[in-house]
Amino acid sequence: MVYTALSTLFSHWRRHPGQLAMLVLGLALATALWSGVQAINTEARAAYADAAATLGQDRLDRLVRADGRPVPLADYIALRRAGYLVSPVISGELRAGDARLRLLGIDPLTAPPEANTPTLQGEDFNLAAFFTAPGLLLMTGATAAGPLPPDLPPIRTTESFPPGAALTDIGTAARLLGQSDPSYLLIWLDQPAHLPPLSTATNLQRVAPEQRADPAQLTESFHLNLTAFGLLAFAVGLFIVHAAIGLAFEQRRATIRTLRALGLPLRSLLTAFGLELAVLSLFAGLVGIILGYAIAAALMPGVAGTLRGLYGADLPGTLSFDPIWALAALAMTLAGAALAGAQAMGRTARMPILAPALPQAWHQASTRQMRRQAGVALALLSLSGTLALWGDSLILGFGAVACLFLGAALLLPITLSTLLRLAQRGARGPLGEWLLADTRQQLPGLSLALMALLLALSANIGVSTMVGSFRATFVGWLDQRLVAELYVTAQTEAEAARLVAYLTPRTEAVLPVVWADTTLAGRPGAVYGQADHPTFRDHWPLLAALPDAWDSLATGDGVLINEQLARFAGLSPGDSLTITPGVTLEILGIYSDYGNPEAQAIITDDLFAATFPDIAPTRFALRVAPTATAALASALRDDFGLPADAVINQTQIKRFSLEIFEQTFLITGALNLLTLGVAGFALLTGLLTLADMRLPQLAPVWALGITRARLARFELIRSLILAALTFVLALPVGLALAWMLLAVINVQAFGWRLPMQVFPADAGRLLALALLAACVAAALPALRLARISPSRLLKVFAHEA
Amino acid sequence: MLLQIDGLTKAYGPVAVLRGVSLTLAHGQSLALTGESGSGKSTLMHLVGALDAPDDGSIMLDGVEITGGDDAARAALRRDKIGLVFQQFNLIPSLSVAQNIAFQARLAHRHDPARDAMLAQRLGLSDLMSRYPEELSGGQQQRVAIARALAHAPALILADEPTGNLDEATGDAVLDLLLELVTSTGAALMMVTHSTRLAARLDRRLHLSRGQLAPLGSG
Repeated sequence: MVYTALSTLFSHWRRHPGQLAMLVLGLALATALWSGVQAINTEARAAYADAAATLGQDRLDRLVRADGRPVPLADYIALRRAGYLVSPVISGELRAGDARLRLLGIDPLTAPPEANTPTLQGEDFNLAAFFTAPGLLLMTGATAAGPLPPDLPPIRTTESFPPGAALTDIGTAARLLGQSDPSYLLIWLDQPAHLPPLSTATNLQRVAPEQRADPAQLTESFHLNLTAFGLLAFAVGLFIVHAAIGLAFEQRRATIRTLRALGLPLRSLLTAFGLELAVLSLFAGLVGIILGYAIAAALMPGVAGTLRGLYGADLPGTLSFDPIWALAALAMTLAGAALAGAQAMGRTARMPILAPALPQAWHQASTRQMRRQAGVALALLSLSGTLALWGDSLILGFGAVACLFLGAALLLPITLSTLLRLAQRGARGPLGEWLLADTRQQLPGLSLALMALLLALSANIGVSTMVGSFRATFVGWLDQRLVAELYVTAQTEAEAARLVAYLTPRTEAVLPVVWADTTLAGRPGAVYGQADHPTFRDHWPLLAALPDAWDSLATGDGVLINEQLARFAGLSPGDSLTITPGVTLEILGIYSDYGNPEAQAIITDDLFAATFPDIAPTRFALRVAPTATAALASALRDDFGLPADAVINQTQIKRFSLEIFEQTFLITGALNLLTLGVAGFALLTGLLTLADMRLPQLAPVWALGITRARLARFELIRSLILAALTFVLALPVGLALAWMLLAVINVQAFGWRLPMQVFPADAGRLLALALLAACVAAALPALRLARISPSRLLKVFAHEA
Repeated sequence: MLLQIDGLTKAYGPVAVLRGVSLTLAHGQSLALTGESGSGKSTLMHLVGALDAPDDGSIMLDGVEITGGDDAARAALRRDKIGLVFQQFNLIPSLSVAQNIAFQARLAHRHDPARDAMLAQRLGLSDLMSRYPEELSGGQQQRVAIARALAHAPALILADEPTGNLDEATGDAVLDLLLELVTSTGAALMMVTHSTRLAARLDRRLHLSRGQLAPLGSG
C-alpha cells in the first residue's frame, strides 16, 4: 500500500522535473554551504589538536625565562645535576621568501614520555642519522610538498604532526636556527619524590599549558563565526526547500484527496510522504556533500591564510575527507528536510478528504496572523537589544545577532504590506494601483523567499560595514603608527651599534624598536621600550589616558598598554601593571593595537634597558626627510651592506599589513557572496512557484486589455519593488548587525572595539546587486509569462472547448 | 453592422472546434448562443473577444478586422470596445469592488465615476464598494463583473453564462439591466447560455453544434 502511494507521489516529480531540480538543488546548496563550513572547521580543529598534542603541549608544564629569552644552558645543566627531570627544546622559525618552517628541536633521550613525539623507531628508521649531522627533519607529506626554506637536512615524512612544522634533534635545530640555548624546558609529570619543589631550585618561570596561547581557544570565535555563516546559509537553503515542498503539496492536493478517498489510510500516506522526502534528501545530501567538499577545498587556502594572519595558527592549505563529517552533513540534510516538510506533512494530516482540489496560495497569512508574527518579532528584537547591550560573552553576542535576524525576518511581511499600502495611496493610474495591490497580495507566497533575501542582504551590509570600518580604522591607524620613513634590522648587536653610528649623522632620528616577551596580567605578551620622541607623542592615538601621560612615560613613571590587555584584564588608566617580577607601574594610557592577538605594554627606553639589561635593540625606526628616504635606503644596502630585506620602507610595511588584512576577510567575503546567491535562488524558486498559481489573477487583467509582454514587465517591476523594499528594511538590520559585530562580538572575540563607519557607496553597490538578483530571479517567470500561449490563459475562463 | 463574422474556423490539434462559423450582429441587438458542452461556444466568444486568433476566417468589429492584428492591437481592442463577463467572474482579487468596476474604464481612459455609481446602484453594489472580491458571495461577484464590463461603455458585450451563478430572480434582474443598457447605448450583446428561458428574452438565438451554427427558433 505504501509502495503504491509512494509511486503515485513520485509520479508528480516525473511530470515536474524542474520542481524536482529546485528541491534537490535547494537542499544540496543548503547542505553544501553548511557541510563546507563544517569541513573547514573539522580540518582546522584537527590541526589545532595535532599542534596542541605536539611535545605534550596540552599536558606538560614548561620552564621559561620571564623575559622570553632562551634559557641559559647552564640553568638546564644545573637542574639535571640536581636530579630534576626536565628536557630542553629549541623552537624557532626558518624563513626564506614565502617559505616558512617551524622547527622543534628535541632531545629524544630526555624527552618526557607524554611528549608524544613521532616514533623514532622502526626497521627503516636511521636513528644515527637523526642524531648526527646533517640531521633529519620529520614532517608531514603536505609540509614536505610545500615551499620550504633552502639547504635543509634530509626529510622523512610522518603523520600526525602540525602543518608547517618539523621535528628534529636539538643539535640540528640549534645549528639551523643559530641558537645554542634551549627555548624552554619541558617538565616531566612525575619528578623524583625526594626533591624539593622545582620552584625552589630555579628562577625560571613555570608555565602551565592553560597559561599559554592555545590556537584552538584563540580561533574559537573565528570558527563560531564560520558556523554562524554556515547556519545562515543552511537556513536560507531551507527556505527554498520549504517553497518547493509547499508547491508540491498544493499541486498534489487532488492526488492526495483521491488517494484518501480510494481508501489509503492517512498513516500510509504520511509514511509514503516521509519516505519520499527521505529518498530525495539522501540524494540531495550526497550532491550537497560533494559540492560542500569542493567549496571547502576552494576556500581552505583562504581560511588558512586568514587564521595565520589573525592568530598565527598554522593550518594545512588542503582538505582531507572525514566520513564522520559526511555522515553528520547527511543527518543535517535529513533534519533540515524534515523541518522544511513538516508543515506540508501537518497539512496533509489535517486535510479533510473532501477538501477542495484547487491549488491555493499555501501561506495565506491573515492580517491577524501577521500581527501576531509582528508581536513575536518585536519581542525578539527587544531581546536582541538587551543581549547586545548587557550580554558579556561571545555566545550572548551571537544570541543577540540570532534574535535580530529572526525578529527582522518575522517583521518583514507586515512591514512590506504596510509600505505597499501606503504606496498604493499615492499610486496613479489603474495599473499602478493594481501592481501595488497585487504585489501586496503576493506577499504571503513570497515572504519566505523575501525573508531569505533580507537575511542575506542584512548579513552582507553588516559584514561589509564591519570590514569597511575595520579597513578604514586600520588604514588610519597604520598611517598614524607607521610614521617613520624607514625600518632597518641589524643581524647582531655589534652590527646594530655600527648601524646607529652610521645613521645618526644621516637621519633626523634613530628610534630603537626593542621588546621583551613576558607575561602580562597572566597572559603571554610583550613589553616594548620606546624613545620619547614627537614621532610617538604626536601620532599615537590614545583611547584613554591620564593627564600628561606622555610626560609621565618619558620619566619612567608609568606604562601604556594596548586595548586587548585593558579589556582582557579589565585595566584602566590609573591601575597598576606588573611588567616583570618586581617591576610594577601605573597605567598611563591605553592605545589601539588592531590585529595583534597578544597583550602589549610600552615603557620608556631607559626603563626598558634597566629592566631587561640583556636585550639590546637590533631594529630601528628612522626619521628621514621624505626626499632623502630612497637615497638612504640605497646607501644602507650598497654602502653599509645591509641585506635588501633588512631595509623596509613605510609603504612596504603598509602594503604587507593590508595584504594580511585583505586575506583575513577573504573567507567572509566569499561566504557573503554565496549566501546572497542562495537567497537569489530562493527568490527565483518563490517566483516560479507562484507563477503557475498566479495565472487566475493575471488572466483577467490580460483579458481586459493588457498585453502579455506588459504583464511580464510588471512581473519584473514587482520583483524589483520587493527587492528594493527588502533592501530598505535590510539597511537598518544590517547596520544594527554591524554595530553588534563591532561593539559586541569583536570585543568579546578579539579584545578591541572599532568605531563604526557607514559606507553609502557599498550600500549602493549592494542595492544594485540585490536588484540584479531580483531581476535575474524574475526573468524566467516573466519570460514564461511573455511567451505564454493565449490558450493557457483562456483555460482560466473556459471550461469547455 | 457592429460585428461581422465570416467563415471562422478553429482547431485544437486534430480536433476541429469551429467549422466555418459566420454571423452578424447589429448595434443595439442581443444574441443568445446555445449549444451542448464542447460545441465551441466559449471558443467562439474568445475569438470574437480578441482573446484568441482563428485559424481561418475574418471578424470585423465596428469596421475593424481583428484577426490580423498583433498582441498589442488585440489588447487595445479588448480594452476599448469589448466588455467581458466570465462565468467564473474573474475579478481582480487585490482590488476593491470600486476599483474592479473602474479598472477597465480607467485603462480605456473613459472612466466616468457617475456611471460607476449608477451601475453600482442599479446592480445593488453601492454598499459593497470598499469590499474585496473574497468578501462577496458568488452572486455579488458576478454583479461586480457585469458592472466592470459595462463601465467603459463598450461597443460589444460578451457574456459567458453571466447568470449561471445567480438565483433565478437575480439572474432575471441582471439580464434586464444588460438588455436595457444594450438598448440605451447602442451596444450589442452576445451571450452564451444553457437556459432556453433566458435565451428566449434576447433578440436572436443561435445554436452551435459540432462547430457549426444553426438558428434556434426565430431570428
